[in-house]
Amino acid sequence: MHWYWIDKFTVFESKNRAEAVKAVTLAEDHLHDHFPFAPMMPASLIIEGIAQTAGLLLYEAKGYKEKVVLAKIPKFTFHKTEVRAGDMLTYKAKLESVHDAGGVASVQVCRGEELLGEGELMFAHLGQAFAGQSLFADGDMLDMMRTFRVFDVGTNADGTKMPDPAFPA
Amino acid sequence: MPSKDEIFAGVKDALVEALAVDEDEVTSEATLEGDLGAESIDLLDIVYRLEKAFDIKIERGELIPEEIVNDTTGKFVIDGKLTADGITEVRKRIPYADLTAFEKNPLVQNLATVLTVKDMCYLVEQKLGA
Repeated sequence: MHWYWIDKFTVFESKNRAEAVKAVTLAEDHLHDHFPFAPMMPASLIIEGIAQTAGLLLYEAKGYKEKVVLAKIPKFTFHKTEVRAGDMLTYKAKLESVHDAGGVASVQVCRGEELLGEGELMFAHLGQAFAGQSLFADGDMLDMMRTFRVFDVGTNADGTKMPDPAFPA
Repeated sequence: MPSKDEIFAGVKDALVEALAVDEDEVTSEATLEGDLGAESIDLLDIVYRLEKAFDIKIERGELIPEEIVNDTTGKFVIDGKLTADGITEVRKRIPYADLTAFEKNPLVQNLATVLTVKDMCYLVEQKLGA
């Protein structure tokens, strides 16, 4: 199983904001344990999807140099948690602060126009938070960005197309 | 520039949000780690909220001078403790902090425990006055 909790990015504005979509389907095994005969997307995995959205935005903002991990959820409110197969979620993230040690993003999860949850996520750069321990390999996060098709939609601050760093313009 | 009371109120709001503590726990003398339960990762959250509340920029190292406490050359840190040079350097970097108790057993890991609410107010005042 791959730890991918979004399907693709639809907006990725460098150092600013991103939106990603997640289609919830009955093909996902975890739904059938949560709960048998009443499958619902666990709220914790919705948070994970939002964290992937915001975390990759921060990763790009620091020039792909810092591995990013979710460090703290200072606040988050779910207005609704009943998310079922067939629902299409949109995760929205806006970078509020970028530091050497990490960053903070304000985030939302929506189903169409319906706001399901909102809050703030705080990320740490792995090198500083974990004394250089490598929890995942170099290049993993960039591979995630390619899988999530960031470079199909990504734009730089000036509106130009964001290139894959492996293939700079 | 906001008054000292206004700065204290802003710092208090930031700490209540970042640390989920009650307002009456945030006294001037309260230590961030010991009294308010802050962990190292909370410092980034506190910095973010102070920056937002007061429209200031707090650079890395202005709360904990990491390049000093992470020294591996033996100049500032030996066996996990700050040397005399290390303490002098830390005093320069965070002049607002009271290091009197820390100096008796200057374990690097304890440096963050000296920071108080009053220190945060002082840091904000310095930033706003600069």
